[in-house]
Amino acid sequence: MSPVVKIQDLHKIYESGEVPVHAVRGVSLEIQRGEFIALMGASGSGKSTLMNMLGCLDRPTRGTYELDGINIDELDRNELADLRNQKLGFVFQGFNLLARTTALENVELPMLYGRHRKVSMEKIRERAMHCLEIVGLANRFDHFPNQLSGGQQQRVAIARGLVNEPQVLLADEPTGNLDSKTSVEVMGVFQKLNDQGITIVMVTHELDIAKYCRRNLILRDGVVVRDELVADRTIAEEEMQRIKAAEAAAKLTHQAKPGS
Amino acid sequence: MHFANTLRVALRALRRNTLRSLLTALGMIIGVAAVITMVSIGSGAKAQVEAQVASLGQNLITVMPGSYSSGGMRGGFGSSVSLTPEDADAIAAEVANIDGLSAEVRDRNQVLANGLNWNTNVNGVGPDYPYVRNWPMEAGAMFTEQDVKSLAKVCVIGKTVADQMFPNEDPVGQTLRIRNLPFRILGVLSPKGFSIFGSDEDDVVLIPYTSHMRRVSRRTSISMIRIQAADADKVAQVKQSVEDLLTQRRRGREPDFTVRTQEELASAATATAKTMTGLLAGIAGVSLIVGGIGIMNIMLVSVTERTREIGIRLAIGAHGKDVLTQFLIEAILLSSLGGLVGVAVGVGGSQALSSYNGWPVLVPTTWIFISVAGSALVGIISGFYPAYKAAQLDPIDALRYE
Ligand SMILES: Nc1ncnc2c1ncn2[C@@H]1O[C@H](COP(=O)(O)OP(=O)(O)OP(=O)(O)O)[C@@H](O)[C@H]1O
Ligand SMILES: [Mg+2]
Repeated sequence: MSPVVKIQDLHKIYESGEVPVHAVRGVSLEIQRGEFIALMGASGSGKSTLMNMLGCLDRPTRGTYELDGINIDELDRNELADLRNQKLGFVFQGFNLLARTTALENVELPMLYGRHRKVSMEKIRERAMHCLEIVGLANRFDHFPNQLSGGQQQRVAIARGLVNEPQVLLADEPTGNLDSKTSVEVMGVFQKLNDQGITIVMVTHELDIAKYCRRNLILRDGVVVRDELVADRTIAEEEMQRIKAAEAAAKLTHQAKPGS
Repeated sequence: MHFANTLRVALRALRRNTLRSLLTALGMIIGVAAVITMVSIGSGAKAQVEAQVASLGQNLITVMPGSYSSGGMRGGFGSSVSLTPEDADAIAAEVANIDGLSAEVRDRNQVLANGLNWNTNVNGVGPDYPYVRNWPMEAGAMFTEQDVKSLAKVCVIGKTVADQMFPNEDPVGQTLRIRNLPFRILGVLSPKGFSIFGSDEDDVVLIPYTSHMRRVSRRTSISMIRIQAADADKVAQVKQSVEDLLTQRRRGREPDFTVRTQEELASAATATAKTMTGLLAGIAGVSLIVGGIGIMNIMLVSVTERTREIGIRLAIGAHGKDVLTQFLIEAILLSSLGGLVGVAVGVGGSQALSSYNGWPVLVPTTWIFISVAGSALVGIISGFYPAYKAAQLDPIDALRYE
């Protein structure tokens, strides 16, 4: 089976500042369908830069990138937009939901563009609702982002990434702003999606979060220095049960005090 | 994007900032309301002037003493003493296609009746006068040619005089004293309203012009001659004949009279109203432009403020065109909704003005369409640049924008 992502000797040089910054220096990578990859590395190692190129938001300075067999170098601005719309789901660093817009409307957003242009609003709404169900937020569909917790906002962002049934879901530090319990919650959603066959690439700083993935890539100064499969994968559901048990225990001891 | 969806997106964006949207539209509302109100007042005034000109009579030609020379107006109307009753008689006798003609001598006098006294216009006219002025009698009858010839002491009175002097009784058959001379009232004219010059037309007593000249004012000249041409297309010809005849009667003296048709009078009168309307509409138009600049300003601010939103939209697959149309539609919606509300406010305001101040207002339908279309156009023009700016953003830069 052909890889869904195939990059060869990818470079990115930022020319904007006084000194050009060589952020990505020759990354070659193949990602098969159904993989679940964690991209790790120190701050400034080029993770976001690589993700932006994978997400077709930014063009590489050098090198080739084939997404699902399409060479993105040959595409113009609008074709790239359509590609992002149809083949990719992006969960941005820091949610990036539209403010004062309900969860449901945020999730609908990608369907208002691209090949869905002609789809009726009812169908769009239905599909968006379904995606909110997947991330477990159907009951909060009419809440505004400022009425949702960080983890819930992140899940809305994931639902938005899913709504167009992408080939690849890209997430830049999806758990960066979340406490450990909410992080587990989000990883649970990812694992469930991955089990259904969606390819996921996510950036993380945290080693234990990377453990939820199937494959870990480590980036240093713009090059991949390690690429390995995760031997002992953490399963979010089990982790969740452990946390709950611990919480219950804490409560018990806490409640026991006033009585004693 | 499907147009309905674009519209929905734009509406959502406006709703998200209801207060700001309202404030932005306010500029448009005020502009359009001002245009509508100003134009309504202007065209109301114009319609009133036109109605008053029409109330002068039909196919009317007036001859006044005094004349225009090449150097401008000389002496002014009525300052000369040259127009005589004989001129009027000559015109009546010699000019063809005349339906009616009346000499007229104007004066103001104190009149007494019924123990009351009243200062009013006492005008000497001929028996054709009510016919020429298209001014029917309400009661009684007009005096006759015979009365004119015999310098009879008879009169007909206007409605205002009738109401003032005879509040509780029928004036016909009663006596009115002018300069201590008793005039028998033959009839009462129907109400006519106000003249172009704002005076009360019904505040008048008409007596035979001969009686006026000999018994009341002791004048030798008349104030004007009113002529009604037989037909609308005879007016020019009658005017020419009158001019020729009077010139001939002056035997080489410089012409000291002015002959004007009703149309000339009307255009002179409506010109003022037109100028006023134009001026008012111009001022109102400026406020419309200010409203447009307001929209442009807000849209520009909003593009900067919503850079992240634009970044998100572009990142998840919006084309530049989609963002452009969204912002353009937002601007158009704002301005044309503002325009519609403005029309409502303008129409309401005009009606209120008219009922409160008694101003004649007329809301012209064409201007309603012009205002709404104009405000949509203002929206397109003022919204385009901000929308274009938004569409040109790079998704990555826009997302990084703080
Ligand atoms: N727009 C830009 N212009 C210039 N230099 C940039 C730009 N974006 C990133 N860089 C530089 O490129 C390098 C890689 O940045 P990148 O954002 O990819 O790092 P990262 O691995 O995502 O870091 P972090 O973990 O802190 O998010 C850094 O040295 C950064 O300063
Ligand atoms: Mg980063």
